[in-house]
Amino acid sequence: MSTLTQQPAEPEPTPPPASVSPKATGTVRRHRPLRWLPLAPATVLLLLFLGGPIVYCVAIAFTDMQLTGSSSTSFVGFDNFQRAFDDKHFRNAVVLTLTFTFLSSIVGQNTLGLALALLMRRASKPVRTLTGSIVIAAWVVPEIVAGFLLYAFFRDEGTLNSVLDWAHLPSQDWLYSAPIVAVSIANVWRGTAFSMLIYSAALSDVPREITEAAEVDGAGGWRQLWFITLPMIRRSIGTNLMLNTLQTLSVFGLIWAMTRGGPGNRSQTLPVFMYDQAFLKALIGYGTAVALLLLLIGALFSAVYLRLLRTEV
Amino acid sequence: MRPTAPLILSAALAITATSLTACGAFGNDPNTLKVVYLRNTDNKVRHMDHYLSMVKKQFEREHRGKKVKLIPIQAAQPDYWVKIQQMMRSSKTAPDVVYEDTFIINSDVASGYLRPLDRYLRTWRDWDAFLPQARTAAKAEDGKTYGVPIGTDTRGLWFNKKVFATAGLPTNWQPKTWDELLTAARTIKKKVPGVIPLNVYTGKGPGEASVMQGFEMLLYGTGADPLYDPKAKKWIAGGQGFKDALGFLKTVYGERLGPHPSDAVDPNVTTRVATELLPEGKVAIALDGSWMGQFWRETGGRPWPEWSRALGQAPMPTQYGDPPGKVSMSGGWTWAIPAKSEKPDLAWKLIETLQTQPNAVEWTLRDAQIAVREDVATDRRYLTSMPGIRFFTDLVRHTHYRPALPVYPRVSSAIGEAMEAVTTSGTSAASAAKDYDKELRSIADGKVVNRSR
Repeated sequence: MSTLTQQPAEPEPTPPPASVSPKATGTVRRHRPLRWLPLAPATVLLLLFLGGPIVYCVAIAFTDMQLTGSSSTSFVGFDNFQRAFDDKHFRNAVVLTLTFTFLSSIVGQNTLGLALALLMRRASKPVRTLTGSIVIAAWVVPEIVAGFLLYAFFRDEGTLNSVLDWAHLPSQDWLYSAPIVAVSIANVWRGTAFSMLIYSAALSDVPREITEAAEVDGAGGWRQLWFITLPMIRRSIGTNLMLNTLQTLSVFGLIWAMTRGGPGNRSQTLPVFMYDQAFLKALIGYGTAVALLLLLIGALFSAVYLRLLRTEV
Repeated sequence: MRPTAPLILSAALAITATSLTACGAFGNDPNTLKVVYLRNTDNKVRHMDHYLSMVKKQFEREHRGKKVKLIPIQAAQPDYWVKIQQMMRSSKTAPDVVYEDTFIINSDVASGYLRPLDRYLRTWRDWDAFLPQARTAAKAEDGKTYGVPIGTDTRGLWFNKKVFATAGLPTNWQPKTWDELLTAARTIKKKVPGVIPLNVYTGKGPGEASVMQGFEMLLYGTGADPLYDPKAKKWIAGGQGFKDALGFLKTVYGERLGPHPSDAVDPNVTTRVATELLPEGKVAIALDGSWMGQFWRETGGRPWPEWSRALGQAPMPTQYGDPPGKVSMSGGWTWAIPAKSEKPDLAWKLIETLQTQPNAVEWTLRDAQIAVREDVATDRRYLTSMPGIRFFTDLVRHTHYRPALPVYPRVSSAIGEAMEAVTTSGTSAASAAKDYDKELRSIADGKVVNRSR
């Protein structure tokens, strides 16, 4: 329908002298639109599906938009952010998000992934294949399926309690008594494979001569790990931590399927809190503001990791 | 670097693409009516699907060339509201007929999602058959009617006579106060181990079921207008009744008279009580709705022919037995037409077909509703349909209605949180009530009156 005024296919190369970098020669400049052409679909898609929603999201974070109960939407400035900082449920969600991220991503997935990768280097081939496929299977199942599986594992009549009963151990009710621990364990179960894969790749790049040299010099297993292996895979550690953390910060389906953020709000991390506010409480504006704050926390983590990555050994 | 030109070009393309898709009619066939309704989370409970496909066939036969597309949404109630609200926001996804609860209707009217039906109601002969109370059920603050009510409900206590006999309690039990109710539950806990003595819905998971069946059935037994003062047009904060109702829940779940709290706050608990706990005799007393028979009839998801003999009914008592001695709450569902529907006239034709007298009787029976139409209430099939129907129909005289205001769903959500707090954690009733008051002030925008003594 609407035939929007299209830009000319070949934009006029009118070079404003100020924006031309000293290196750019005339030929390069003339070719630039053509060189961009292969990237055009990607740029359009990014603008459409990434840029668009982000701009929209930032815009409605400053409004009082509601899903139901009000038809008008007006600009309210920083009210939503003010409200978030005054809201004890928001603060609770921030603390839980940090706990969840620290427990499951930094301690759990990262350390366990490294340990598995190290152990697998020494293991025989069948053991390696078997362990590898089991761990990766957990990573391959969709998030919501994993959530449901672990809910079935932890619930009162679930697998874990059957096993505990069989071993004559006291049964647990972590979904109820320690929900944040239960969802953290679930996230470790699901996400360790990723760390393991990254570390396996990184470890295979550590030259054997160096470890052998260290061995000749009399360094034991722990000293080798601490002074040789870890420094050499430092970059992989940084990358892995960053990816894990960002992934874990935004975990929603797993927690929603297992606890819905409850009981009470004892496993209500920021993504769950955001959903609760935006959809169940119909406060779209406030929920979006919380989403932006979550983005900010992710950015802070990234900045720290990037900083760590930059230091040279 | 000069990335501006490509960027502008991309942006232009992106905008063109968006506006092009905007005109694309996504499945908005002018001859197809889209009907959105809530499907029970238990896959065996399908009586609404069967009823609607029956009406669909009839409508398609009577209106040549027109089609009805049934769109079930299988979800817990709170998720259903979210889904239909999102659908109604855009004309591309808006259904033509939507199954709306009177609970949410005022809020959705305030959002501009629904279309007033007065134009159609004026010339619709059947409208006169609706009881006066029902005709105002879906009337919004602007005086217009936004939905055709298809049934109402009342609430009371269901109890298992066999468990009562085992516990040495009378099988014509009628508690007069909250204390008598609790005493019966404690007796059952002692005498019949393994049976949940008393189920009262609680927490955020079951949504409005917790708040209406659980909390308000208690709250409205503590005095007049305990939630909202219609004369002053203000919400009530700091009421003693509010704290007492939370205290009752605290007692039930603290003394383990109810289900395990983790089961109680599960969103599927309402279905579980109906299809598992009550039929299998695992719960002795259930504070629940008049419609429970819908699950146990032959068209229901858990046929249980013996239910009428196995279960007794008693009215929910007021706190200290103050007159009238009984409490009930009433709500009900409606058929409504979204504002963004492109074929409201045809949609109205479908609502008329859904509400012909025989179809209205059929629905009332299948869903075990309390009739809202004179010509259904006096129908012989209705009167003989279920043993409990007279009991629950009589409760209509003592029933209460929820404040019909757009902010009610948010108030309800705050009540759900207070309930969950006292049920699942050490929070005291007083402190949960205080949190509610704070939340209420922010929701009601200051239209709150303090009633603390």
